[in-house]
Amino acid sequence: MSAPSSVGGSTPGKPESWTVRLRQGIDRHLPMDHLLPDRQPYYVGSWVYVFGVVTIAALFWVILSGVVLSFMGPQWWHDSHLGKFFNSLHFWSVQLFFIFMVLHLWGQYFMAGWRSGRAATWMIGVVIFGISILTAFTGYLSQQNFDGQFIALNAKDAMNGAGAGAFFNVLNFGQMYGLHMMLLPIGVTILVVAHIVMVRSRGVVKPIDPEGGAR
Amino acid sequence: MIKSMGATQEEYYRSVRMVPYDLVKELVLAIAGVGVLAVLIAAILSSPDVAPVTIAAWAQQDPVDLVTTATNELAGATGSAAYGPPYDSVGPGQSWGPIAPQKWFGVRIPIDSANAFVIEPLQRASFSNTVLGTALAAWQNASSDQQSKWLDAYTKALADATVTDGNVVVVTGDYGPLPVMMSNLLGVAQSGGLDGLLTINGRFYQTDYTQPLLFIGDGGYLSGLADQAHLTGSLWGMMNETGSYPGQTWLWLYTMWYQVFPFNSDTGIIGLNAGNADLGIILLMTLLTAALALVPFIPILRDIPRWIPIHRLIWRQYYAPRKAAART
Repeated sequence: MSAPSSVGGSTPGKPESWTVRLRQGIDRHLPMDHLLPDRQPYYVGSWVYVFGVVTIAALFWVILSGVVLSFMGPQWWHDSHLGKFFNSLHFWSVQLFFIFMVLHLWGQYFMAGWRSGRAATWMIGVVIFGISILTAFTGYLSQQNFDGQFIALNAKDAMNGAGAGAFFNVLNFGQMYGLHMMLLPIGVTILVVAHIVMVRSRGVVKPIDPEGGAR
Repeated sequence: MIKSMGATQEEYYRSVRMVPYDLVKELVLAIAGVGVLAVLIAAILSSPDVAPVTIAAWAQQDPVDLVTTATNELAGATGSAAYGPPYDSVGPGQSWGPIAPQKWFGVRIPIDSANAFVIEPLQRASFSNTVLGTALAAWQNASSDQQSKWLDAYTKALADATVTDGNVVVVTGDYGPLPVMMSNLLGVAQSGGLDGLLTINGRFYQTDYTQPLLFIGDGGYLSGLADQAHLTGSLWGMMNETGSYPGQTWLWLYTMWYQVFPFNSDTGIIGLNAGNADLGIILLMTLLTAALALVPFIPILRDIPRWIPIHRLIWRQYYAPRKAAART
């Protein structure tokens, strides 16, 4: 039996190890002082930079209130004052989330935030926006009230006309509730984490050069 | 060749003055601030929760509309009856030239509305009701010509129907078994039985409300309530929410297309019109979303931020010394 190598240390002479290569890759591409820097360029002083972090903050409250609502079940908020409050918190957190996200999107557009190798960060942001709309849509369909019925009956024609209704049945509460509770929020969360990691790995973009383009 | 990210970021910021910045403190303060704001708004403004429409409420509040809708289901004259895929193959579905995704994916949620919404619930209700059983047998044994004559006559009579003690009353005529069938269906509906019968799926648990929602949608009761609540399509439809609450305002661009040419026109242009507006608008929005994602690569769109100097407001600190230097 061979002697164990040092705990948590590197294993010299084994460059083919997938684990070592993954760790080295993370160290190289995303060192901790890039992930959690304590210094930023002096021009990071506008309120526009706040739109990104308040979007994350609103998402935090969306998820927290959503977890409480999902734990108590879909009927709870119709019959309980506390449930109604958590539904209201969820409802308004979502409204704030979208307001902040749209402000962040417009801010990044006018800063041309995709420059210097940041196009993928922009594109993932747009995908997050799209999936967030789908997540909110399934939430409105899961309300189990008059609004939920009305939205479902109107939305079915758009979904069916596009062929999506064959697989995405807005009149099927179970399907919409499941997507809203599980798959779509996981998708948003994973992509938001990827978006933040990409922002941190590249750092914030420089101001648009007076002589340069916005590319 | 792209260097490692670490080297790239250090090189990228090489000549830039760096200042202390506490990201974690910023995030914690943002969570606290947004939390206080959300809790305050939630506590003060609450959230909408108008009770859903049930078939029982519809049958009690507007029995003539329910009976008319059920009669139209038998006549194949409702939205569901002639919908097309994914519910049936009666209607062709929407298409634009060769693009016909509704038809491509076919009938995946089969619903025969006359049977599902009227005949099958009545068959279950006729278990201990011989009068209804006889009426159903008469209906099913009649020729389709005879059924059409009864339906035409009954539909015309329903236009002047009155309601007495919750029952729909029409002038005397040759309607075959229809009055018996419809009065029984109405009775079952008013008792709440039809809400349950339209969700029966042979299993104990169910979460799919496709059938009762389609039946309710075929009638005029829910759309009348939506009209009163200012939720109709011409008022930007599903973007709205009951009361004064904000709905899905982020769908404004999608909903807007329904209000403008060619999607609000019967004739339209290049084959796009109100008849295939759903398909056309979904295709358009897909294109616009792709364009938004690809802004970094699209000339003009990617250059607008350079032309419109909003960035000079955002990075005032950065541009101020340059402006001063340019003056001297």
